[in-house]
Amino acid sequence: MPKLPSWREYEIGCIVTQPGSARAYRTGDWRSQRPIWKNERCIKCGLCYIFCPEGCIRGRKDGYFEADLFYCKGCGICPRECPTGAISMVEETE
Amino acid sequence: MTKRVGIEVSLAVAEAARLANVDVVSAYPITPQTHIVERLAEMVANGELDAEFIPVESEHSAMSACLGSAAVGARTFTATAGQGLELMHEVLYIATAMRLPIVMAVANRALSGPLNVWGDHSDVMATRDVGWIQVFAENGQEAFDLTLWAFRVAEDPGVLLPTMVNLDGFTLTHVIEPMMLLDEAEVKRFLPPNHYPLPLNPAKPVTMGAFATPVHYTEAKKAQEMALTQAKTTMLKAWQEFADLFGRHYHPVETYRAEDARVLLLTMGSFGETASVAVDELRARGEKVGLVKLRMWRPFPFEELRHAVQHTDVLAVLDRALSPGGPGGPVCSEVKSALYMQEKKPKVFGFIGGLGGRDMTPEDFEALIMRARDMAHKGMESEFEMIGVRE
Repeated sequence: MPKLPSWREYEIGCIVTQPGSARAYRTGDWRSQRPIWKNERCIKCGLCYIFCPEGCIRGRKDGYFEADLFYCKGCGICPRECPTGAISMVEETE
Repeated sequence: MTKRVGIEVSLAVAEAARLANVDVVSAYPITPQTHIVERLAEMVANGELDAEFIPVESEHSAMSACLGSAAVGARTFTATAGQGLELMHEVLYIATAMRLPIVMAVANRALSGPLNVWGDHSDVMATRDVGWIQVFAENGQEAFDLTLWAFRVAEDPGVLLPTMVNLDGFTLTHVIEPMMLLDEAEVKRFLPPNHYPLPLNPAKPVTMGAFATPVHYTEAKKAQEMALTQAKTTMLKAWQEFADLFGRHYHPVETYRAEDARVLLLTMGSFGETASVAVDELRARGEKVGLVKLRMWRPFPFEELRHAVQHTDVLAVLDRALSPGGPGGPVCSEVKSALYMQEKKPKVFGFIGGLGGRDMTPEDFEALIMRARDMAHKGMESEFEMIGVRE
């Protein structure tokens, strides 16, 4: 954990002067379940990629998909939308 | 050159905004504030004022547009009253949190219901905790002067806080008074250009109004609290500069014939003028009474208030707003709180009056001051009394 700033160290009005700083925010911490793919059932339709509200599902070179767990909040939308049932949610135990 | 003119107070407030050369006015008309923005709209339409007038569809939008305007570094003015101030409510906190130097005139008005468009302080008391600088004008001249002063304070690099100038609805807004107005050259000597330090600018992108997680929120609030309390130094300095330039003096707490008074009455806003007539009358009868007028409401002037009432036995506080089911009036409860830790303090009696435009005459103020004195003599205890209520 980096040292947190004193109240005196924030910019006026808590203005953020570094563009794109949200990228450093690990929303993956919110997750209690994570999606896993059974690629033998995957038809590479990309609906999981399209529906992911976090934009954290990416297409791999082999055409299958995976979630970036740094950002994935475990919302469960991808298994809900997957037409072949290739995605399921498993409890986080990490 | 300074000119003495007869002018409606609302129009004088609009003139102050014009003299400040505001860049953006975003406002919605509401009684009794309407004449202020109506006049500003007219000035913009006539080319007397080079500004954007944004005719929004509600006060929530008026204040939201003010946020955007102030965020790019434009000098920003708005005005509202009563229900309009309530509709702005949630956005007022954002202006504070984003440290945007918006100036707003509030033509103080009662809140519904029952529906009532006349003067009292219910509207501003409901926005007490929004984090704005809040001051009260006692007459038209003060409303004009304080509006100009508000830009000087709000935009000061050491302050950067939204500022509210309160003037009583109708009693001030709709009255024609003789006033000393200023001209552009004089205003320029008092009011430097607005330079917001981190404006929205595509060449240097910033994020404003980002959310703060629990590890940041408390620090953000602490910074807001420190900004508001420390703004007082600049507020006093700006009043001194104003006095040096134009000869009119303003203080956080002002007194009238209070030096040797045994009984003091505390008021805010236009009631101070009427109450001073009552004080003169009672003094003529040999009563040692005086008046304390609270000009600075936020930040609260603790030291000045304690100093003003330190020698008196009895302090009557008149509120024009009620805190239902609570300690009576917000001003009185804060005054009591400010005095609680003092070893020597007056007996404080709270009164609620002048609600929803109910007139208070000099005779009413005489009766009020004498009532407080008698209550103290009889050793009576009372949280507060609503005065002038028909049984």
